Amino acid sequence: MNGAFLGIGAAALLALTLGFLARRGQQMGLGQWTVADRSFGAPLVFLLMAGEIYTTFTFLGGSGFAYGRGGPVYYILCYATLAYVISYFMLPPIWRYARDNALYSQADFFAAKYASRWLGALVSLVGIVALIPYLVLQFKGLGIIVEIAGYGAIGAKTAVWIGATVATTYVIMSGVRGSAWTAVAKDVMIVLVVVFLGIYFPLHYYGSLGAMFGAIEAAKPGFTVLPEHGESAWWFSSTVLLTTLGFYMWPHTFGSIYTARNARVIRQNAVVLPLYQLVLLFVFLVGFAAILQVPGLKGPDVDLALFRLSVKTFDPWIVGIIGAAGVLTALVPGSMILMTAATLLANNLYRNVDRSAADAHIVWVARSLVPVVALVAVYFTLAGGETIVALLLMGYSFVTQLFPALILSLTKTRWTTPVGAAAGIVAGVGTVAAVSLTHSTIATLFPALPPAIRELNVGLIALAVNVIALTIVTVGMKLTMPRSAVPDEADSTAQ
Amino acid sequence: MRMVRLLALLPFAAMLIGPFFLNRVEPMIFGMPFLLAWFVAWIGLTAAIMALIYRLDPTNRDDLS
Repeated sequence: MNGAFLGIGAAALLALTLGFLARRGQQMGLGQWTVADRSFGAPLVFLLMAGEIYTTFTFLGGSGFAYGRGGPVYYILCYATLAYVISYFMLPPIWRYARDNALYSQADFFAAKYASRWLGALVSLVGIVALIPYLVLQFKGLGIIVEIAGYGAIGAKTAVWIGATVATTYVIMSGVRGSAWTAVAKDVMIVLVVVFLGIYFPLHYYGSLGAMFGAIEAAKPGFTVLPEHGESAWWFSSTVLLTTLGFYMWPHTFGSIYTARNARVIRQNAVVLPLYQLVLLFVFLVGFAAILQVPGLKGPDVDLALFRLSVKTFDPWIVGIIGAAGVLTALVPGSMILMTAATLLANNLYRNVDRSAADAHIVWVARSLVPVVALVAVYFTLAGGETIVALLLMGYSFVTQLFPALILSLTKTRWTTPVGAAAGIVAGVGTVAAVSLTHSTIATLFPALPPAIRELNVGLIALAVNVIALTIVTVGMKLTMPRSAVPDEADSTAQ
Repeated sequence: MRMVRLLALLPFAAMLIGPFFLNRVEPMIFGMPFLLAWFVAWIGLTAAIMALIYRLDPTNRDDLS
């Protein structure tokens, strides 16, 4: 029993307590469980949105990326900032439509807008396939954090089981409210910890920020900017653009829009959230500080940079606080993913089979599925293996394929049909899978192209295939079908 | 208001086109490599631009919208 161990245990208990308290006085119907009956003001929506982006990936992966690859890590600063700018204009119409049509999930939105529950089912499948590896990533991160920060007192496997049980319990009890209230503790802790570490490490080891970057520049010239080849400015720009478009396409992020009390809450968040991105700057500084202090981490081990440096520098009780913050960054997004995946399964797949099911039955099915989803994720976490890594790399590109169909559904004119939208999504997702599984890049696919184009993010190809398929099918259908057979207005009765 | 909304394009230009011309370590600003400082500055400017757009957007005066 040591200080680190106590800190982590306290974090798990705190999450459980807040998750339970969040339920107070609320009847957990489908609307309350999934979207808190659209009652959240700006602070809770902020916490949900911030809760989703500050995951273990940011904590471990962000510092690890800065440590291992340097300058290209800045793309994380940029894409979310740009996504918030778009959100100001794009999200209010989505929120309004969701309120008017009583929608609970991202797939509901597509189903209603395109008047096709099959399109809704397809969208929910894409979402679930992308969400499970994301959940596995949180559990994996949790295992690593507890093992290192607890100095081996609890093994990674035990930690994963405990974490999964805690998240499952409060999600079943409190739904999205549980996630929002645990996010309060998580964001306060993570900001304090990350800002402290990001200032302390450079000052402690180098004397000043400038001295640290000077030392890195001397040891590895050009490491803190973009390389001339590979992850160049071309790679950077195309990657920022793609991830910006995909940002709100994650089902749990999309769903959190629905929790807002009014559209103004969403616009307020578009103003404030960019500033919260600055927390990432401190995450990067930790990674940069580690380069010359804990050298030699390779491959997946770069993600350990933050904790290796912390263990080297601090007393166990401080490591325990850092570990506690880390545990919460895994639990909060993990709980949102659990809730979202279970909702998609119940509301957009199960409901297609049992079409007369009442909302009360659907929410019962969704809550019963939470432990099932958690078990699947725990299985993949403990089994490890190549498949899940491959899926993880594809997840972001998968959800990005929903973007064209979404944007086209927001305009007054009906540009495309449900079949056209589905064709685009299937073609895009298929291309992502093919490209990822064969480890293709634009350079390997088209070696004759000039270097600038070869360095573009390969995800652009999938998006292009998506738009082409969508266009061909839409135009083909409009030409071959009598005008009346193509519905020209979205109909909100489809569910 | 329409014209003010165009300001929202500036962060895109700064972050998507900027790196082609500003990919350099020197001069360091507040101890940060120039490219990093550029992005950090633009995060602040983005929030300022969005605050301005929010302030001037007539829809935000109506509580229900």
